[in-house]
Amino acid sequence: MQPFVSHTGIAAPLIKDDINTDQIAPIMHSRSLKEDYKAMLFHRARLREDGSEDPDFVLNKPQFCAAGIVVTGHNFGAGSSRESAVWSMLANGIRVIVAKSFADIYRENCLQNGVLPVVLGPQDADAFIARVVAADGAAPFTVDLVTQRIIGPGGPDIAFDIAAADRTRLLEGLDDIGMTLKHMAEIVGWEGRAATAQPWLQSTQDSR
Amino acid sequence: MSIAPPRTLFDKIWDFHCVGRRADGRDLLYIDRHVLHELHAHHAFAQLEKQQRNVHRPDLTFAVQDHTVATKPGRNDDTNPSGTAFIKAMRQGCGKNGIRLFDIDDPDQGISHVVAPELGLVLPGATHAVPDSHASTVGGLGALAFGCGTSELAHILVTQVMAQKRPKSMRARLEGALGPHVNAKDVALRLIAELGVAGARGYAVEYAGAAVRGMPIEQRMTLCNLNIEMGGRSGFVAPDEVTFAWLEGRPYVPQGTLWDRALAYWRTLKSDVEATFDRDVVLDCAALEPQITWGTDPSQVVGISGRVPEPAAIEPSRQAAAQSALAYMGLAPGTPLAGLPVDRVFIGSCTNSRLPDLQTAAAVVRGRRVAAGVVAMVVPGSSSVKREAEAAGLDRVFRDAGFFWGESGCSMCAGGNGDRGQPGERCVSTTNRNFENRQGPKVRTHLASPATAAATAIAGRITDVRQLLAGAA
Repeated sequence: MQPFVSHTGIAAPLIKDDINTDQIAPIMHSRSLKEDYKAMLFHRARLREDGSEDPDFVLNKPQFCAAGIVVTGHNFGAGSSRESAVWSMLANGIRVIVAKSFADIYRENCLQNGVLPVVLGPQDADAFIARVVAADGAAPFTVDLVTQRIIGPGGPDIAFDIAAADRTRLLEGLDDIGMTLKHMAEIVGWEGRAATAQPWLQSTQDSR
Repeated sequence: MSIAPPRTLFDKIWDFHCVGRRADGRDLLYIDRHVLHELHAHHAFAQLEKQQRNVHRPDLTFAVQDHTVATKPGRNDDTNPSGTAFIKAMRQGCGKNGIRLFDIDDPDQGISHVVAPELGLVLPGATHAVPDSHASTVGGLGALAFGCGTSELAHILVTQVMAQKRPKSMRARLEGALGPHVNAKDVALRLIAELGVAGARGYAVEYAGAAVRGMPIEQRMTLCNLNIEMGGRSGFVAPDEVTFAWLEGRPYVPQGTLWDRALAYWRTLKSDVEATFDRDVVLDCAALEPQITWGTDPSQVVGISGRVPEPAAIEPSRQAAAQSALAYMGLAPGTPLAGLPVDRVFIGSCTNSRLPDLQTAAAVVRGRRVAAGVVAMVVPGSSSVKREAEAAGLDRVFRDAGFFWGESGCSMCAGGNGDRGQPGERCVSTTNRNFENRQGPKVRTHLASPATAAATAIAGRITDVRQLLAGAA
């Protein structure tokens, strides 16, 4: 996984609550397993009925089309567990999502892919949104995971919290499977004990 | 002598399955059964191949083709061309890794959350994972189930554990006896309306109370299915004699003396009386009427006799969402839900496609006709459900009334197989998400129970099933 240390980039405001993964990454009806994740991101919101780009959609605006940071409301990433809703962010160069809160599965999918999910309290979030709107893509913000600060135009640095373990995982780009494989002996030991305690859990057989 | 502190059922299942703690503080939770589907699994198979890692327990891993399969009778890999690559990659990946696949033509094919329980791959007190947000459907049998993304799916394939932060615990006590033609779907929609779409975020929810005890297993699964629509991490019902009777004799449940031993253990699976929950909520269901959504998230719900709310009367933080929902849905505040003309009705999905769901709908439809101009579909949740329904003549009831009767799959729930509505259509659907564009671009979805959906198909308008049936009496 690519590490996340710090990102400096344009911040785009997606100021809504409950933006769901059907919106972020609609099922595309492509016939290929290699999907175009760049085109997938907010595919329906980006396009007008005639298939042309909707100039009013935030990420289509010239000042935001290269955004690397998105700021949004509560419960971002609700709905389907599809990881394409994070891959499509990455494919567009978005490395940081600042929200008032995240849906659980979406937040985990971010951590799995080196995308930093920042949660700000309502006051800090509203203040940051106001600054992002005021900056209007003219100046970048820096989100620094080492110092846990957001730095940028329009006000003082904003500190954010993140679980120490999640921070380390992102900073070092740790391989999640690799971390667990260190515990394989414990896992196999558990399987042995479970096979005695609840043997029906450790075997599967079609009795027909 | 020390006395063990009281524990919730969630604690008991979690503690038993906790293999250890990782350096980052996450618990490693053993997954007893892992069920894959074709929309996401190919990414994980490719990842394993690239990293030269193997599936640790193929014998505890099962797979279905459900999201992209066509529902058209006589279907094959190519009937839905956008699904072909997924279906073939799934077949190849399962073959290579020694995973039992319930393929498109398998007699046990169907939606993962329907197939796994009916085969007995879900057991009380067991843990279960699916790379799908509706994984906790199977919590209706007393299993602790988790939805996950694709990276976590690969993680489980290689290690058979999930690395998780322990969720908080919530108990949702659903009290009172349900009225006629009111069922788990109505209860779940009302609960989501009360708690909100993120009301259970971070929680494992135990559904308890008289209304839950009175529900057959299929309704308990409907209830647990919708847990994610209030953001819950997992949702389950403590197993009881109804659960054990439902499971006995299913193909993959323990047999003979092992069954007896399992049963003795399963009977201990309940929260201790003194156990406390991080959050305890109560919903009185006795006076509940059939529920239906009016908006574009599953918390925007009213009773069937209700009206589209005035945004100004809603909690301020939800007003903008309500206004945007009304614009999308083409509804004016104050409009009664009952009587709204519909273009389409869909009965199916992991929420409501089991045999009793179809029986309920068929009882409403029997001897009646789908209203002119309405496209009505029934898609059974599994090939077994389809066979059983056909043996009982339900397919005739539906087809004689003018319904499409399809092959099993996820179908119009997410439209991943090409089944979807036309722009602007109003659709009453027994599925789980009324999100914008989910059932097709600009399709306006109202979530409701199978009984409400069936009554609506007959009347051509959103209908209180109780009035339709009373009118006939």
